[in-house]
Amino acid sequence: MNTLLDRLFPAGHDVTIDGLNLAGTAHSATGPVHVIGTRDRAALTSDIALRLSQAVLSAVRDDLASGRARPIVFIASTQGQALSRHEELMCLNGYFAHLARCVDLARRHGHVLVTLIHGEAVSGGFLAFGLLADRICALPCAQVKVMDLRAMARVTRIAPERLEALAQTSPVFAPGAENYWRMGGIHDLWSDGDDWPAQLSRALTEADGSDHRAALGASRGGRTLARAVATRVMAGSTPDA
Amino acid sequence: MSAHAITRRSWFEADARTRIHGLVDAGSFSELCGPHERLTSPHLAVLDLPVAFDDGVVVGEATLDGERILVGAQQGEFNGGSVGEIHGAKLRGLLDRARDTRPAAVLLAIDSGGVRLHEANAGLIAISELMRALLGARAAGVPVYGLIGGSCGAFGGMGIVARLCDGLIMSEEGRLGLSGPEVIETVKGVDEFDSKDRALVWRITGGKIRRTLGEATLLVDDDLGAFRGGAKALLARGAPLRGLAALDADQAALAARAQRHADARDGLDIWRALGLPDAERLAMLDADAFNRIIDRAETA
Repeated sequence: MNTLLDRLFPAGHDVTIDGLNLAGTAHSATGPVHVIGTRDRAALTSDIALRLSQAVLSAVRDDLASGRARPIVFIASTQGQALSRHEELMCLNGYFAHLARCVDLARRHGHVLVTLIHGEAVSGGFLAFGLLADRICALPCAQVKVMDLRAMARVTRIAPERLEALAQTSPVFAPGAENYWRMGGIHDLWSDGDDWPAQLSRALTEADGSDHRAALGASRGGRTLARAVATRVMAGSTPDA
Repeated sequence: MSAHAITRRSWFEADARTRIHGLVDAGSFSELCGPHERLTSPHLAVLDLPVAFDDGVVVGEATLDGERILVGAQQGEFNGGSVGEIHGAKLRGLLDRARDTRPAAVLLAIDSGGVRLHEANAGLIAISELMRALLGARAAGVPVYGLIGGSCGAFGGMGIVARLCDGLIMSEEGRLGLSGPEVIETVKGVDEFDSKDRALVWRITGGKIRRTLGEATLLVDDDLGAFRGGAKALLARGAPLRGLAALDADQAALAARAQRHADARDGLDIWRALGLPDAERLAMLDADAFNRIIDRAETA
């Protein structure tokens, strides 16, 4: 993790790693930022989610006094939600929703939100915070998915060969950061040779508080219906008389 | 049998349109992007799977006691109410419409296992867009209320969406969680979670335990009229507090719950820890009797 932080923030960082959580501050080329996230492909529990939401609330409160809402850089490294009867009984989805509300609060308080996907971002663990940022970037080799193709084949009762063949042309269901990029769910794919601090500065500068992902997915050709359908409902398409 | 029982119409058994008609004022519902527009999923079609003209979700406008509301209802019968590209976009559009047109409320009748695996990436992004749109409607001052009492419950991303709502109405038959019992059993083994033990599943994810923990706002009987009554009650309460102080309070409450019930493995553990009388018998009570017991425990 420190290797990653050193490369992202050559001007310095003060990030505390506590179990699978990390939180702190760093210096980006555009100024100081908060850094909040998870590491080591964490299976998100209620405890990890509570630490994340606390870190977001603290960032909002810390900056209220100074009147300057520093950007938040989320590091998302998650294999998804923890699978456990106890966590379900506790209503883990309630903890995730609370975290999502905290992230939304930060946005409305003027914090620019950028997510960096490190290692892996899966399903519920990705929905809870990383996928809510204004700008989402995948680091090299990052995997992004809901489920492996093999498991998907088992659940949907579709032959794995068929899913694999279709995945060659369709970004719609198969794992892969590139697929999410084509669908507008990821804004940028970073490569190893890139200047990461410069990439991060650009992401921080270009991020805005509106959700443009459906339009992005349409322009990249990977998700052609979402924007049009949402717009029709929003604008009020009524039955032909 | 009482007159009430005779006139009861099951929410659990009803489809999405029947639920909407049971909720809103008679004749007031007007559907947006209805089945005549034949918005079917190309991603299901390419797999030679059945499609639906509404992609498994009904959205539109109506009135509730004369007040203009927006309403959406998922069709649990179609692919488990799962969220694909079109399905998710219809719900997102409904919430964007709420932000722009400021109805008295949005009612979401959730009946879904979450992301539709046949279009998993589109579904995951769609749920994220739906989450942001829901938060956007709330920020615009429009309360969003969820209703859960169908066969699919509210799981996966839709379990998160449900908890973003300002209030949740559940029946005992409704279930709310993140990972379904089958998924946990498959990955962690039957000793961790026996998905065939229906009583256990309800004690972990059902309406009564959710009402006990405060995750559900109201518990109602499995009856269209009871859900309508619950929706009216939530509308009358007005939108809850929002902002930093409210989220600080939520943070403290969620931390306290995690600490208090750190070893709980069954709803019974929680009912006993809260000192509720005859924890084993709580499962037998109707919604009114159960709500009274929880209300009393909350004020004690």
